[in-house]
This record gives sequence, C-alpha cells and structure tokens, in this order.
Amino acid sequence: MSEHNEPTQTDIAQAHGEHAHHIVSPKIYVVILLALLVATAATVWASFLELGIWNPVIALAIACTKATLVVLFFMHVKYSTKLTMLTVLAGIFMFLTLIGMTLADYISRAWGQW
Amino acid sequence: MPDSSTVEHGASVAAEHEEHPAYLRHHFESTEQQADATNFAMWLFLLTEIMFFGGLFTAYLIYRNWYYPAFVAASHQLDVFWGTLNTLVLICSSFTMAMGVWCSETRRKKGLVLCLALTFILGLCFLGIKTIEYSEKIEKHHVPGFHYSLQSFTDPQSDPKVFNEYHDKPLPVDLAVHTEVYFSLYFLMTGMHALHMIIGIGILAFMIFRARAGAYTSGHVTFVENFGLYWHFVDIIWIYLFALLYLISRHQ
Repeated sequence: MSEHNEPTQTDIAQAHGEHAHHIVSPKIYVVILLALLVATAATVWASFLELGIWNPVIALAIACTKATLVVLFFMHVKYSTKLTMLTVLAGIFMFLTLIGMTLADYISRAWGQW
Repeated sequence: MPDSSTVEHGASVAAEHEEHPAYLRHHFESTEQQADATNFAMWLFLLTEIMFFGGLFTAYLIYRNWYYPAFVAASHQLDVFWGTLNTLVLICSSFTMAMGVWCSETRRKKGLVLCLALTFILGLCFLGIKTIEYSEKIEKHHVPGFHYSLQSFTDPQSDPKVFNEYHDKPLPVDLAVHTEVYFSLYFLMTGMHALHMIIGIGILAFMIFRARAGAYTSGHVTFVENFGLYWHFVDIIWIYLFALLYLISRHQ
C-alpha cells in the first residue's frame, strides 16, 4: 500500500540509490588520525638515526604508508566505486612510469659523471 | 518494440522529474550517477595535480643525486621542529575536514560549520608557520633569485647578527654554490604547496559562509566531499615534502 502514498524524502533518497553512498564513521577517522600522528612521530625519530642508505627508504616507506591511509579512508577510496579505484591506480601507475622512464634516461647516459 | 520502450522510458523520466531533488541536474539519471560522475571528475583533476607535483619531485630526485653533499648541507638549514609542527597541523586539518564531510552526510549543520572553521584555522596556522620559516630564509639571505648570498654559506661570520643566532659552519665554495639548487627547489615546491593551501583556505571561507545558510546539510554533499578530496591531496603532498626536504638527510 505504501507505494501509492506520497513519497517521503527518505523514499526518494532510496529510490535514487543514496543508500549506496557509504558514510565512513567518525571512529575510523579518529583511528586514522592517531595512526597518522604515530607515523609522523616515528618518521621524525627515525630520521635522527644513522641508518645509511636506509634513512631515505624508511622515510619514504612511512610517507607512502601515511599517504595510503589518507587515500583509502579520508578520501574514501576503500568505499568507492571500481571506477574511482581504477582511476587512482592509473594515476599512480602513470606517475611511477614517468619517473621510471626519466630515471632510466639519466642512469643510462651520464650517471656519476657530473 | 522501440516505440514501447521509448514510451516506458519517457514515462519513467516524467515520474522521476516530479520527485527528484532540486540539485539533480537534468542530464543525469539519478543523484547516484551524478555523485559518481562528479567524484570521477574530481579524481581526474587530482591526477593532473599528481603529474604537476610529480615533475617537481622528479627534478628534486635527480638534482639531489647530482649535488648530494650540497643538498645534505642545505637541508640542515631547515628546522625539523617547524616541519614536524606543520605536519601535525596539516594532519589535524585533514581530520577536521573528514569530520566535516561526515557532518554534511549526516546533516549536522552546526557540526559542519565548526569542522570547516577548524580546518580554516588550522590551514592559516600552517601558513603562519611557513611564514616564520620563510622569513628566517630571507634573514639569512637564502632565497635564490631574490635574496641570495653565497657568502652566507662560505663565510657565515660575515654577518655577525645572523651568525650569533644560528652559528652556521662555513661550507667550501664548490659545495655552497649548489645549495642554491636545493633552495630553488625548496621554494618552488613548498611555494606551490602553499599556493594550493591559500586557494583551499579561500574556498573554505566560501563554504563556511554557505554552510551557515544550510547549503550542504540537506542531502547534497558533493561540494564538501570533493573539496575534502582536494584538501587531503594537499595534505599528501606535504607528507612527501616533509619527508624529502626535511628528514632524509637529517642524520648526517
């Protein structure tokens, strides 16, 4: 019977698929915030250690971890459509390809000869 | 067959027309499709931004390898304290922005205005701290093309006022010459990042104004959500800038 009544706002929202819009809860945001703060402390602490070649590796690994957390949760990619996920991955892939090609050029021409 | 389906389709469009929310543009079938399309477009814009900053990061990577000792010496001119503080400020602002999106989705007008205002204030804090850092560089004559002095590296004691404050060690000329490359990239990268912050803060001011009128808490969250994507993207750029400019040479 209810479908013959005047539709309420909720009915309209559901008919248009708004229920598919995933709302990330504040709890997850708080957890991610804490993780990001801890990671920041860790990366600053690690930067004062003498680790040779591993210093930049650790700094970048922590930065990538933080960026991944931000992209997946703050930017909702974990809850997004496949189209969005594919778009993000395509961007990262393109970026790494361009860096790789540029570095391949420099390494194969005059690396160490400056 | 074609006739009946056209009629059916036409009828359903007419039915939808009566009940759809005002913010649904007519070239979209549903609000979901509209939201997905806008989200996709925002990400495409962010990809162009990744490519833009990516070029700067690549330049930094190559020059750092070319002039490694100069880059290590120059990066010690940056203060890790301010860098860390700014990272914390920006991460907190990303959190308040994410909470703003949640308030918008759950239709909490007061919460949204509060979250946007906090994000706005934290954004200004970031720029304030950046100003402190920049003014130190100006004071020490470390701004390439504007206020740069090789002597400030080779003979720091030539400026007694600055020397008494910072006690920098003198650098050999061949090394000091290439610190200019580091500082050029430093100002280019942090400057472009700061420009993105300024644009973001401007849009935030506009959004606070609109949110107070209830614009984003009646079901149409797209603007807040996509601005959130922009703000988090700017945060991610800083996460990498902080690691690459401040931290990776710190131990030496």
